[in-house]
Formats: sequence, C-alpha cells, structure tokens
Amino acid sequence: MRIRITFSKTGALKYIGNLDLHTIWERAARRAGLPLAYTQGFHPQPKINIASPLPLGISSHCEIVDLRLNEDVELTSLPARLQSAMPSGIGIIKVEQVDEHAPALQTQVVAAEYEVTLTEAADESALKRKVDQLLASESLPRERRGKQYDLRPLIEMLEMNSENKIQMRLAAREGATGRPEEVLDSLGIPIEKVQIERTELIFKN
Amino acid sequence: MLTSQEIEARLDEILLKVQKPGRYVGGELNIIVKDWDKIQTKVALVFPDIYDIGVSNVGLKILYDQINQRDDALAERAYAPWIDMEALMRGRGIPLYSLESKRPLSGFDLIGFSLPYETLYTNALNILDLSGIPVRCVDRDDSHPIIIAGGHAATNPEPMHAFIDAFVIGEGEEVIHDIINTVQEFKGLQVGTLERSNLQTCKRDDLLRALAKIPGVYVPKFYQTHYMDDGTISHVETTMDGIANPVVKRIVAHLPPPPTNFIVPNIEIVHNRVSVEIMRGCTRGCRFCQAGMITRPVRERSVDEIVDAAEAAVNATGFEELAFLSLSSSDFSYVVELVNKVSERFKGRKLTISLPSLRIESVSVDLMDKLREHYSGGFTLAPEAATERMRRIINKFIPDEDIINTTREIYRRGWTTIKLYFMIGHPSETLEDVQAIADLCKRVINEGRKVAGWKVKLHAGVSTFVPKPQTPFQWVSVDTRENILAKQELLRRELKDHNIKLSWTDPDDTLLEAWLSRGDRHMAEVIYTAWKNGAKFDAWGDQMKYDVWMNAFNERGLDPAFYTYRQRRTDEIFPWDHISAAVRKNFLFQDFRQSLEGKIRVDCRLNCFACGILPTFSNLRRENPGEEWKCPDVKSPATRKTVISNQLSVVGD
Repeated sequence: MRIRITFSKTGALKYIGNLDLHTIWERAARRAGLPLAYTQGFHPQPKINIASPLPLGISSHCEIVDLRLNEDVELTSLPARLQSAMPSGIGIIKVEQVDEHAPALQTQVVAAEYEVTLTEAADESALKRKVDQLLASESLPRERRGKQYDLRPLIEMLEMNSENKIQMRLAAREGATGRPEEVLDSLGIPIEKVQIERTELIFKN
Repeated sequence: MLTSQEIEARLDEILLKVQKPGRYVGGELNIIVKDWDKIQTKVALVFPDIYDIGVSNVGLKILYDQINQRDDALAERAYAPWIDMEALMRGRGIPLYSLESKRPLSGFDLIGFSLPYETLYTNALNILDLSGIPVRCVDRDDSHPIIIAGGHAATNPEPMHAFIDAFVIGEGEEVIHDIINTVQEFKGLQVGTLERSNLQTCKRDDLLRALAKIPGVYVPKFYQTHYMDDGTISHVETTMDGIANPVVKRIVAHLPPPPTNFIVPNIEIVHNRVSVEIMRGCTRGCRFCQAGMITRPVRERSVDEIVDAAEAAVNATGFEELAFLSLSSSDFSYVVELVNKVSERFKGRKLTISLPSLRIESVSVDLMDKLREHYSGGFTLAPEAATERMRRIINKFIPDEDIINTTREIYRRGWTTIKLYFMIGHPSETLEDVQAIADLCKRVINEGRKVAGWKVKLHAGVSTFVPKPQTPFQWVSVDTRENILAKQELLRRELKDHNIKLSWTDPDDTLLEAWLSRGDRHMAEVIYTAWKNGAKFDAWGDQMKYDVWMNAFNERGLDPAFYTYRQRRTDEIFPWDHISAAVRKNFLFQDFRQSLEGKIRVDCRLNCFACGILPTFSNLRRENPGEEWKCPDVKSPATRKTVISNQLSVVGD
C-alpha cells in the first residue's frame, strides 16, 4: 500500500533538515505501528519519499510525503495515529491512498510558491522598484556553494502584495530549483528580517 | 531578563548562521512543557557539553522524570552551545536559555549540572557566565539560582568548590526531592507570583545552610580546609553545626522503574538509542575502576522489569537501537534469561541491541549469538592488561588462553571486527608489560586468521590510566609523560599490521584529567584562570588547550606535578577524604597493599570483604533483604547505630 500524507512543518521543526526529517518519519511510522516497507540489500532503507526538500528556516503547510507499507492499513484513523506519534512541529493535514505505480513524487514537482513576511517595515515603493527591475532583467548570475548559475529563469512569479508581504513562485524541478533566500538576497533583503512560508507545491498536470 | 518571546525572536535571526540549528530549538517528542506561572519550583538540568552528546544522558533523564512527576516543580533542559552559536549569542545578548520554554537559566530556582567526568568543568563555568550568573559562589546573591551538581566527578568536588553551591554525593533519585522540598520551604508558597520578589524573602545563606543538612548534600562553603607546610591537607573542619563530616553518599535501596519515554531528538546525535539500566554497581573490584568502587552496592532489576521497560521505551521513541547498561553485563545474575527473553520479544523487529561490558569467556559469545539478529558491528572486550603480573596488580585476572579462545570463537562465528580495550600507565608497569599488549593483539588476529581468513580486523583501544579518588590506586602517581610517550611509541612500532587499528589517549588529555580529578581547592583558581583565558570543551581533543592550562598553573603559582607525579604518603589526607562513597579508606588501603603483593581479590559476591557499604547502609539492607542486593543479608538488629545510618533511617521514614 502506498499512502500520501500532506503535512505542515513549523516552529522548531523549521530548523530540521531533510535528512533528519526522513528519520523523523521513519520513527513516527514505527511509533504509530505502521508496517513501513524497506528496500532490499545490506542496508535496508525505509521507502519514504519526500516531494521536495524544504530549505532550512522556512515553515510550510503544504509538505507532501509518500510512504510505502507492507500491508494495507485502515485510513480513517491514520491521521490521528500519526499525529500522536509526531513532534509538535509536524501537523498531519491529509492522508490518502495513491496508486502503487504512480510516478515518484520528486519527479512530479515543478514549482513551489512562497510567501515572505518582512518583520521590519520596508520602503514599499523602493522595494517595488527593485522587484520590477529584477523581473525586467534577462539574467541574474549568482553563485551558490561555489557554483555559478542563473537565478532569473527559476523565478516564475514575484510580486509585492502589501507593504510587508512578497509572493513568489520558483521552479522546483530536479536540477533546477530556485531558493527564496537567493531571491531575497537579490532584492537586498536580509534573511534574518523575514519569515518565509512555503504555501504550495505545484505538480505536473 | 529577556522573555521567552524575545529570546525566540532573536534566535530566528541567528539560527540559520550556525551549524546544526536543530540543537538549539527544542520541540522534541516526549519533552514536558508545563505552565510556568502555575509551577512553584523551576529546575534547569544542564549537561555541560553540546546537545548531540548531552541529550541521551540517562542520569539527567532520570532526574527530568523525577522532577516533572511532581505537580509543584518543573524541569527543563539546557546544553552548552557550540562555539559558533556561543559567539552569536554573546553578540546578540542572548543568555543561555532552556529548550522547553526558551526562558533564561537565570530565571530558574535551581540549576543542576551533570558532571560525569572532569573535563566538563570549564564548560560549566562558561555556561554560568553565558547565563549571566556570577561564576563564583561568593558573587551570587539572593536573586540568583542555586547551583547544584552531581555525577561521578563529584567524588572529588573540591576543584569546583568555588563555583558550585551544593554537590549531590551519590545517587540523585531521592535527594533531588529533599532539595526541592527544602527550596520550597525557604521560598514560600506563592504560586503564581511571577516576579522574583518572593525570592528576596529568602536569604541565600539560610537556604544553603538548610541544604547542607540534607544527608548526601555537600555545601563547600561550610567546610574549611587546613593545610600543612608541604601543601597537603592537615584537616577539614565544618564551620556550622549539624552537618556531616564526612558527607556520605546517598543511594536508593531499590532501583526505581527505569525511564521509558526518552526524548527523541529531531536531529542526528551521538547515541540514537534507548538505554535500560539492568543493574547498578559492580562486584568485581578492579582496582583502577572508580565507578566500580563508588557505585556499590550492586542492585539488580528483574528480567521482566527490564524487558517490559525496553519494549515500552522502543515503542515510545521509535529508536532503532536499544542498549542495556551496567558496569558488567556478564555479572547480571539472570543475563542468560534476559538475552533469551529479549531475543524472543524483539524477534523480527528492526532493532540493534547492545549488551556492553561482557566478560571474556565463551558464554559471552553464546549470548551475543542469541542477539545475532540484532547485532551490529564489532564485539568489544576489555582485558585492560596483558601480563599475569599486571593483571594481578589491577585485580582483573584473565588468562591469555581465555582471551585467545574467546576471540577465536568470536571470529569463527562470523564477527569480523573485535575491539580490545587496554590501559597503559598502571602502577609499576614496565615496557615489557606494554610489549605484551602488542604481542597479545598480534596473537589474537593471527588466531582469528586461522579460522576466518584475512578479513578479520582488530581495534586496540589503549587509554592511559589515571589514579582516581576513592579507589585503591588513589595513593599512586600518574605515569610520567616520557614513559607514556615511550609506551605509545612501542605500540605504534609493534602494531603496524594493516588490519589492526590502534588508538590511544593524548598524554596532555591524561594530565588534565589527572589534575582535575585529583585536585584540591587550590585547583579552583587554575580552572577559573584557564576558563578566563579560553579553555572550554576540554573533552574534545582538538579543543583542549594545554598551554592555557600550563599558564594558568603558572599564573596561580601552583605546580601541576604536585597533583600528578607524587606518590602519596600512606597517611596523607586527601582533598576528597571528607566525601565518602561508603567504602572505607582502610579497605582501599588494604586492597592497595594486596595489589603491591600481586594478590587477587575475588568477586565480592563470593566473599564479602567488608568494604564499608553494609555498616553504612545496614538499615537499608535490613529493610530490603534478599536477592536484589548482591551484599550479604544483615540479619541481626543493629547493636551499634552509626550517626550515618541514623540519619539515613530518618530519610527513609
């Protein structure tokens, strides 16, 4: 059986990375008594697939994970069972069964939307101008972890909604993932003066 | 004082700049967060090293449960921030805070440090400083928390006497309640009074006096040390009436149920496991082993209690590893039954089970074989020495043939790696004794190759002996740096085999451990000066700053050799003599003399050597007769009650 879980990641869990999140899911499944399926081989790994790693420091109410189980389980009571096995920063939003043969989650994500809240008042018109400039540019060469790349084609949407909110949609395909803090840096907004939330994962079709 | 909201807001600004921010945010499964304003007494439990090491500490977990089970008290946790985080915290004015409620440590009533080993001392000072609490006891006033500490390092509390208000000697399960009750008596019962004004009504000195009267609690300021001209101690006197001298350790007559709802970290830490203590204490009497001397008497748990607790803990945490803790698993009376039940109960579950400290005998291999489904990695044994002479001196007598037969059998049954622990620097050790370690390792791997081929591996972990307080070797000096270096060089030269991995202890680390564990009150100034000049994380080989320590000795006009390279007079009064683990000094001295004569003392389950435990705890033993303790029963009613047992019987009432 393959189940798909939509969950939130907030509070202290914002600071927990993707590898550690895998372990949290594995242990939670064990605590909840879910019969997780494992890979074969000398070092069996649980079959847990997280749709798209959430960068550190960002909260979200739209994370998605697929778990493969050795046996069928009853779905109606599952959200409550999982919730009670989770640390407080993870909230179970939805659990559904999906086709065993559906393509892997990671291959289906194409983009992600983020909402940025500025914690200190900014000069709204100046920031608007910067956003327009950024969108007007042909390319935005940047460097991350020693690698050159162009940020511009990864930005699919970027707008200011109010004096302290910025909305953006960034590409999240394998090998082409835009990071919100890189966009903020291009706008001259220091990362410690914002709160970022991932609001939606966008899939193929 | 910053509020928890202010601390959280500031943390959000720095956490993305540090490695592993998950260390500093709390929010783990199984933590207990109480309503701060409704709780009378707040205790911060601190492990003075980083989260990754401290969070799995079982001692603090026991206290965390003991305190949080009370309706009128809460316990929260704090650890030492790593260097990157500390710099940012100091830069932004963030004091050290508890992980549960993000409140500054200075807002708690009590701060309790776990000090299982001495190289945590500078971290403890640093944590006080980072909390905005004066590092020295004398500089604290009625507005500051009471600073307490316990753990094996408290066997000799004197080097830390200037920084810790009160030490707990021995086991903490019961005494922590006595301490909290005393704090409550002195601070009144104004539940819901947020301001620390109720604290002002409590005179710190009065509270410390009351704490000093609790059996097993040592408040250094009420003890005065007098010295002789040569720098050794002439005597220690108390400066108030009604307090114990010596301060005798506390024990629990019956081990309380083991903790099961372990905190599950959200990040990878050093020991991702649940631990169940199967027994406390050890009857072997290895003369170098401080734990074996100070944790007496042996008290065992029942197999059913252990297995049920293990299952509850695994279910409550989802951890993939289960460890059974004791100083010597093989000596647990029902070890075979335990292993059978465990392998049955956890059959088919993905779980690594470790049963450390097995004796070197074929039974151990059978035991591990039964846990085969759950075993991981290597097989560890601790011969400690490699010549018959040395084994007699340290009272750990294992014939070579037993070692060879056991290791051969381990390799034959399919384990590819064996880890052997040895110690160099034992009293009167020569290069021949060290050569024998190398020879034994070579023999072990050669025999292994005969049965399992060239894939077999051996890891020789060779540490350096430090003569610890309250052991039969407390009279001997530390081996000199030159000797240690020559012995380590010999081992490196002899053990060049690619399949033998050799590890050893840096002699600088050994010396620091010796100064800190054998020091007197003067050492406090050295610790303070070293910390002021940047010493911290001394337990981390790469962080230990030897020069800083040597300069601190110089600055304070003290000779480090006084603490290490000096054979003690047989009648010397040690800095820790007014602290008692209930093992008589005369017993230790007789054992030391037997060591010099190469005489073995057998397991004391077979023959009681009257170490001192029974006269001290005769009432406890009389009330708890039978199999649980491994001391003989005390049958006759007490004809002569000592002061100590009188006090303890009052506590038990």
